[in-house]
This record gives sequence, structure tokens and C-alpha cells, in this order.
Amino acid sequence: MKETQQTLVMSQPAVPPREAEGSDFASFNSLSPKELKSLSDKQLWSLNESELSAVQAHFKSIGRPPTRAEIETIAQTWSEHCKHKTFRSPIRYTEGKKTRLIKSLFEETIAKATKQAMKPWCLSVFKDNAGIVSFGKNGRWALAYKVETHNHPCAIEPYGGAETGVGGVIRDVLGAGLGAKPVLNTDIFCFARPDYDAPLPENALHPKRVLRSVVAGVRDYGNRMGIPTAAGAIWFDDDFRLNPLVFVGTVGVMPSWAVKKEIRPGDLIVAVGGPTGRDGLHGATFSSASLEDAPTSAVQIGHAINEKKLLDALLEARDRRLYGFATDCGAGGFSSAIGEMAAVCGGAEVKLDAAHIKALDLAPWELWLSESQERMVLAVSPKNLKALKDVFAAESCGLSVLGEFTNSRKLRVHYKDQKIVELDLKFLHHGVPLVERSAVWQPETPKASSSKAPRKSASEVLREALGHLNVCSREWVIRQYDHEVQGGMVIKPLQGVRHDGPGDACVIWPHAATGDFEDFSGFAVGHGINPSYGKVDPYRMALACADEALRNLLCVGADVTAAAFLDNFCWASPEDPRQLGALVRAAQGCHDAAVGFGVPFISGKDSLYNQSKDLGGKDLPIPGTVLISALAPLSDVRKALTMDIKGPGNPLYLIGWTSEELGGSLYNQICGLSGGEAPEVEVRSAADSFKAASAAIQKGLVLSAHDLSEGGLAVAAAEMAFSGEFGVRLDLDAMARSNHIYSNEVLLFSESPSRVLLEVKPECEQALLKGLKGVPVRRIGVTLANPILKVIGLDGMVTMEEPLSALKEIWQASLPKRCR
Amino acid sequence: MKKPKVLILRSAGTNCDFETANALRFVGAEPRRVHVNEIKSGKTRLMNFDMLVIPGGFSYGDDVGAGRILANQVRLYLKDLRQFIRLGRPVMGICNGFQVLVKAGILPCSNTCEQTAGFTFNDSGRFEARWVHVRINTQSSSLFFKGLPEMIELPVAHAEGKLVLKSPRQLEELKKNKTIAMQYVSDDGKLSGYPFNPNGSIFNIAALSNPEGNCLGMMPHPERFTSIHHHPNWTRQTFHKEGVGLAMFRNAVDYCR
Repeated sequence: MKETQQTLVMSQPAVPPREAEGSDFASFNSLSPKELKSLSDKQLWSLNESELSAVQAHFKSIGRPPTRAEIETIAQTWSEHCKHKTFRSPIRYTEGKKTRLIKSLFEETIAKATKQAMKPWCLSVFKDNAGIVSFGKNGRWALAYKVETHNHPCAIEPYGGAETGVGGVIRDVLGAGLGAKPVLNTDIFCFARPDYDAPLPENALHPKRVLRSVVAGVRDYGNRMGIPTAAGAIWFDDDFRLNPLVFVGTVGVMPSWAVKKEIRPGDLIVAVGGPTGRDGLHGATFSSASLEDAPTSAVQIGHAINEKKLLDALLEARDRRLYGFATDCGAGGFSSAIGEMAAVCGGAEVKLDAAHIKALDLAPWELWLSESQERMVLAVSPKNLKALKDVFAAESCGLSVLGEFTNSRKLRVHYKDQKIVELDLKFLHHGVPLVERSAVWQPETPKASSSKAPRKSASEVLREALGHLNVCSREWVIRQYDHEVQGGMVIKPLQGVRHDGPGDACVIWPHAATGDFEDFSGFAVGHGINPSYGKVDPYRMALACADEALRNLLCVGADVTAAAFLDNFCWASPEDPRQLGALVRAAQGCHDAAVGFGVPFISGKDSLYNQSKDLGGKDLPIPGTVLISALAPLSDVRKALTMDIKGPGNPLYLIGWTSEELGGSLYNQICGLSGGEAPEVEVRSAADSFKAASAAIQKGLVLSAHDLSEGGLAVAAAEMAFSGEFGVRLDLDAMARSNHIYSNEVLLFSESPSRVLLEVKPECEQALLKGLKGVPVRRIGVTLANPILKVIGLDGMVTMEEPLSALKEIWQASLPKRCR
Repeated sequence: MKKPKVLILRSAGTNCDFETANALRFVGAEPRRVHVNEIKSGKTRLMNFDMLVIPGGFSYGDDVGAGRILANQVRLYLKDLRQFIRLGRPVMGICNGFQVLVKAGILPCSNTCEQTAGFTFNDSGRFEARWVHVRINTQSSSLFFKGLPEMIELPVAHAEGKLVLKSPRQLEELKKNKTIAMQYVSDDGKLSGYPFNPNGSIFNIAALSNPEGNCLGMMPHPERFTSIHHHPNWTRQTFHKEGVGLAMFRNAVDYCR
């Protein structure tokens, strides 16, 4: 019943606009630069001086002032959020004493590396709404993967911000090619500690509230959409207290024929999904500003069931081939979606009158710019309109025809008898003036790790590490997500005897959703994130993140030689040369990772200006953060692997070299130490060992595998042991290590990258060693029936012997205790 | 062999329809996912099918209570459902579908069309997804359990799974007529509290049947255990021949033949 009423309201035409369009800015062309800037600030356009003068020059040249809708369209199209100006503008970069000009950071790092590492199975890279790779037997299928951030909205309204973040990235995947069916959601968060107890500025929400609300938002949207949320990470650092980071990702599967999309002049512009209201005005421009200026209407309102209806109807229409192009309405709403589609086709003639609305007093420019959720735009050949309408009506999902695509090179928008926009497409999409910025990176001479010997024993450090927020169990969060819906979750996020161990990655068999039951191929996704390393060196952080994401995949049996990366940069203001310098370093790290590992980037996104005024009025920037997400296939999901120890008496092998790399490590934090080297990835040799290890796992020589990350060997071994409920004995003297390490603690807790701990079938030891020829690999221990973690130190004495049950209890209790 | 026709009832927000159809297809049925709009318009009729499944999900977002709106639609548009059940055709409500059957007054079985039980929020206060142990009532006449072991494992995933009854007397009646089809138990088979009973359901009830045994409502998801590779411990164990969920669908489909 509710449905019918809604439709009635929606189909009413908008009432006359509240203000006349067009006349608002009659004097625009004669304003001084200063006046322009103050107008822009007042109107929340976030345009800078040179952009404003370019707009003014353009309208002077055509001899008329702009309309409000036109400037709004330009402002959102040119926003940092949509144009990624920082990554595409020239940067004068100074490192040490050398200065050089980077013409475009994106072109010279991510794009360049991807060109070099490009693989034939990359079907769409940095073009569409998501990266698309070929998948499955005989390339019949394709996977689309996108990771977005929704940081600014989550700082103001964490529940709604998280919900619409999830909703948005799902639509990105629905708008990749002709639409992929989402089969996995991912979520990665950076928060301050939930028990943060120092004063906060008046407008900031407490980190515990942010955490609980964000988790609830991701949960309620993802669960209602019927998409398993099963992969992710949470990082705690108090410097995120004013600007939390919320990364949300979606992987979708589609038939390979649906990758290609096209628009022909004469195709109808068809808006589908929910109605349009005033929610989310200026979302694109606001994400390019600091939070103090944010208007409340900038956060959108989500409604998962509207999106579920959209998903069901869209995929049905896709399979009947009723449209030629799809894209989602994200930042900028119709103006962005139709504006981009107009650029693909060569023009558009929009008639907004027919749009379904949910706010009766919406002005035409608001209708054009609104970021109301759950809407997409399709290009539809007129002959298919009737059938398309039937499909959407059957699912009670909204549909309205908003004009047609042309080849006029113009974007024209009409409302009733008014023309509210007439913009030259070339100016709109290519007219933004790029401003050169300067960036500085001063390499710090690494201080040796403070030499004062820590007073904590290895056992004490291990217990603290397991209870540390960046290591402890995420079960409290994971169980709130329906991670098994769709019936394709072959390796679950929680693993081990009692289904509660920390899996490295999940493995999805997407054919539960396609119905291609003869094909057992699947995929896994992994993540790397570590802002602590970034504080020491953003370059090493980026490499370490890529390294960890690949090891996550390796450990569940995925084929890392066919992996693809996604990058997400979250940074403070790029107008601060030191911040921008750090960002350049991180981007270079991404470049070297992609080239060295031979893994292309297929998609990426940046979120800048993550800083806010702290108590005392000084800006608190977030720690510069790179998230590397990685996707890799498994040719047979029935050969996948988990991280829990499978039985007693099995040899344990450690792959990788251990050095004293404690800069930014958990050990330093726990012992109150500072300085030291951040872990440095030797990319070439890491690539070789991953390849060999991946092959050994796929051959079935390995029973369990786990990567070494925060907390090093000790934490990894403890996690494997208590998840499998079998003990472990480690002999530190057997480790492949740098000569000068004389400390058991360094060997146990160093965070040297590229290392993986394997439990090997006793009868397969020789085969393993043969396969790993040339790779640093040592037998460092054995599994035990007795449920203890026992460590023999360099002096041959027992340096640690801990019951697994006690370790697990510490690891499990930490997060729920703090989130209550 | 005859391919029984199974109607899988959908609405906005249903999200386990596809894997439920997969499970039915695996055991030789011919499932069709049908939107309730199609029943409402008269385009599709329930009586033309051999079996009905109301799958899991969040029908209409569970906005005014889990399954409430779809339950009203079932009352209004599937008026022949009681007749369908009386004819002995299998009916299964899974998770949200179970909530729908209870709120539509179909389960627990009564002579009136009144709703006699309900669901409320889990004791934990949260949506939770986990694998649970359930004990099948071997005295139940349910056609779905043939050949299954008494103790099985299945996943649950819900926020409003706590079954509440009208009165202690109603519980005694359910026990007496052997319609408590499944109970949550600990790994050693005992009736235990959280997390073994994931929601705090009265008398650990996980599933209800009608006395005749052809209508089953259950909170756990059998369609999520149709292959050994669904089990969380398949990398450790090899004793499962197939997912027990698949056997439940097979029993129902075989019964239709």
C-alpha cells in the first residue's frame, strides 16, 4: 500500500521553483577576484581563485552571466572529489636537496606502473566506475572491484555516512560495464581508540560512538542488500579522532559480454531507483573542504531496500539487454552522472520535469545537483523503453525518462520552459585550470631504536600485543555482518576449530550467484594498511601494504601471480607542502610495488583534506594512509587454505628474512620506544618467494599458512596455534636473519615484511624445499599436541611458554570490552 | 523423473532466493522465484506449484518488524495457502520466511488465523551470524528430516530471532503435539545459553512444524549448507558427505514426487 502512495507523490511534477533561475548571478562577470572568492565560499562551491576566474572568462567570452545551475554543475565537476586535481596537477617536488617537476602524480606513478604491469586479463582499468578483470573458466565471466571512502560524512553522521558509503560503492559496481552482481562487500576503518578519554572539540563525536555507528551503518545496509561483508581491517590511532576513515568496497561478478557499454545519440536518458530530494546537496564540493564548513544537508540519507529493488530490476534488465550504458548517481547526482554520460556520447538534452521527487519545493538546480541515494542513469534505445518499464514496475522500482543523448557537444538542461544549463562539454570536462603545488619530503636520518633495554619480558609483550587494538579479535564486528548470504563463502573471515580465528582473507565462490555450477573458480581479497609505518616513511608504508595484501591472498591459496591492486589514499590538506611531499612518497611506493610485484592497479581513489580544528584551534591532520586492496583468483576453491594449525607433529616453516625492523612497530609502541627502521620490502625477492610459496600451496603441500604482520612472528604463531587448538614450538636460532640480531625479542616481534609461516605436511617437506629453492625458508619449529606456545631462544633456553587458552582469552576480550 | 515445481516467494528485500533456488535445483526440482506482485496481480497462482518456500532476507527492510509487511501480503494475496498446506504440499519458511509464517498466523499451527507467537530482538541486541548446533526432534512427523542425524550444524544470521510465545501453556502444547522441530544446543547436545542459543529463543526453539509435518519454519539457513565446502571447518574435517541442508530440500522434493 505504502508503495502506491509513494508512486503517487513521486509522479507529481515539481511545484514552481522557489527562486528564479538565471538571474541570481547577473553581475557575476563583473565581480573582482576577491568578490568571486567570497561568493564561492558563501555558496559552498569550493572553487579556488584561478578556477573562478576561468569560469568568469568563459562566460564573458560567450557574453552572458552563468545561471546558478551552471556554476553548481561546474563546481561539482571540477571538485577534488570528482576531478582528483591533486593527482593530476603539476607538483614541484623537493626531496632532500633535489627538486623536480612532476607533471601529473597519477600519470607518473599509478598509471605508469599499471601500464608496465598490465595483463591481458585486465578488461577495464581506471576508466569505468570500477576496475574490471576477467574471471573464471574460459573467460566467460568478469569481476568488478571498487573501493571508496566516505570519511567526511562519517565524521558528521557516522551511521548515515557509513550506510550511504556502502550504498554508493555497490552502485559503482552496478554501474561498472552494464552492471555486475555484488558478491562481496569489504570494510576498512581507521578510528581513535574507543576508550579515548581526553577532551574533544565541541563538534566532534566520541570515537566509540563513531565506531559503533559506522559498524551499524555498514551492517544494516550490507545485510539488507544481501551482500556478504566478509573482508576488511580496523586500525586504531588517536590521530583519527576528528577525522575517522571509512573505506568500503564491493566486488561484483558479471558475464564478460556485459563489460562493454555504449551510448548512441537518440538514446533516452532514463533515471531509475529512488526519488530525488534535497539530501546530499554539495556532497562533492564539501568533501573537498574542511569539516567546519559542512552544511547538515551534505550527508545523504540511505534506504537499502530501494537499492535492493534497483539491483534486482537492473540485473534483470541487463540480462534482457534493455539498455546500453549504466552509471550511478554519486557525488553531484544527475549533474555528474548525466554530465559524464553526455561526454561519452557527445551531448545531452535533459528535461528534468519528469523526475520523481520526494520534496515538493525542490528548486530545479537542487533537483539537478541533489545526491539523493539509490539512483542510477541508463542510456536506453527508444525501442526498449516499454520492456524496461515493465521490468522496473514488476519490482516496484521507480523509473523516469529525462530527455535524450545527442551529439551537439552541449549539455543542455531544461525545467518546464526554462533552460537552466547550457554548457560547452569541452569547457566543462577539460576547462579546469590546474595549479602547480609544491611538495617537500625531508628524509629523516633514522635514529637507532632507543637503546634503553625494555623492561618487559617476551611473554608480557606478547600478551599486550594480543590485546592491542590493532591485533585483537574483530569477531564483535564480523558477526554483525551477514557474511554467508548468497551461499558462496567458501573460506570465511573467522577460521579454526571454533570458527573464531583471524583469517587472512575470505574466499568467495561467486558462481553461487551466477549459477555456473560447473566452474569451481573463486577469488580472494586481501588488504594492507599501516599508518604507523607511514609516520616513519610513507614510501615504505605503501610497499609494506602491497606486500601484506598479497600475503593475505597467498595464505588462502589464491594465485598471487594473477593479482590486481586497488589504491586508496587518505591524506590531510595537499596545500601543505609537507603533507603533499609525503603523499608523493606514498604514490612512489605504490608505483614500485606494482612494477616490482608485477601487479597492476585496476582502480583507485583519493580522499584529501582529512583534517579538522582540534581544541586550541590548531589543525589536526590524519596520519597519511594508504590502503592497498588486492584481488586474486583461485582456479579451484576446493583447494583453499585456512590459517589454523591442523594437527600435532607437523613441521613449521618460515618464509622470508628477519631483520631488526621496529620503526612504527607494535613492539616499539608497547615498550614505549621510538625510532628505528620501518620495514623495507625487497620487492623483487619478495615477488619470487610469493610466487614459489603460492605454487607450493596450490600443490597441496601446506596445511595452514598465516602472514606475519603487526607483532611479528610471536603474534602470528600464537594466532595459528589457538585457532587450531594445537601447540607450537619455535626455535629462534633456526630463523633466517641478519647477522647482528642477538635479541630474542627482536626475532619474535620485528615486523620485517614478506614473511609467511607455513604448517607443512611431514611427507611434503622435501617437495616444499625443492619448490622454494632460492627463497629464504627455514624449518623453525613444530606443532604440538600440548596446547602451548613454547619458544626456544638464541641461547637454547626456553624463553617463553604460554598456555594457548590464556593468550586467546586476552585476544578475544579486548574489543568487546571497549565497545560496550 | 518428475521435476516438482517450487514457488520461491520474493518481495523487495528478499535476499536468499537465489541460493534457495540453487539448492532446489541441485536436488532435481524446478524452482521459480516469484515476486509477490505477481501473485497479487493474479499472473501467477500458488496452487499451480507443488511446494512453497519463503526464503530469508529483509522483506521491506523489516521496517515495521521482521517479516510483518510480507506476512500481511501473504494473508491478503496468498489466501489459498492454508488450503495448500491442508493438501499436504510442503511449505518451508526460512529465517525471514519463518518470521513471515509466524506473523501470518500459519505457525505455530492453530485453528484460527490469528498470530499466536512472535519474534523479538536477539538477547545480544545485535544482528549475529554464526554456525550453531541444533537438535532435530526425532519424534516430529516433519517430512524434511528423513535420514538426518539428530544433531546437525547450520548457520544462523538474524537480528530478530528470539521466538516468544503467548503463554507457558502454549509451550506445553507445542511440546505435546511434537511441533518443536529443532532446538539450539551446545556442541555436546545440551540445551544451553548464549552463544549456543544465539538469540535467547524460548526453550531454545530454532524451528517449528505443523502437526502434520509438511509445514516447517526455521531460523537456521539450510540453503547455506548444501555443500561440504560451506562448513566452516571443511579444511579440517572430511566426514561430511554433503551439506545437511541439501538433504532437507531433497526430502521435500522427493516427497512431492
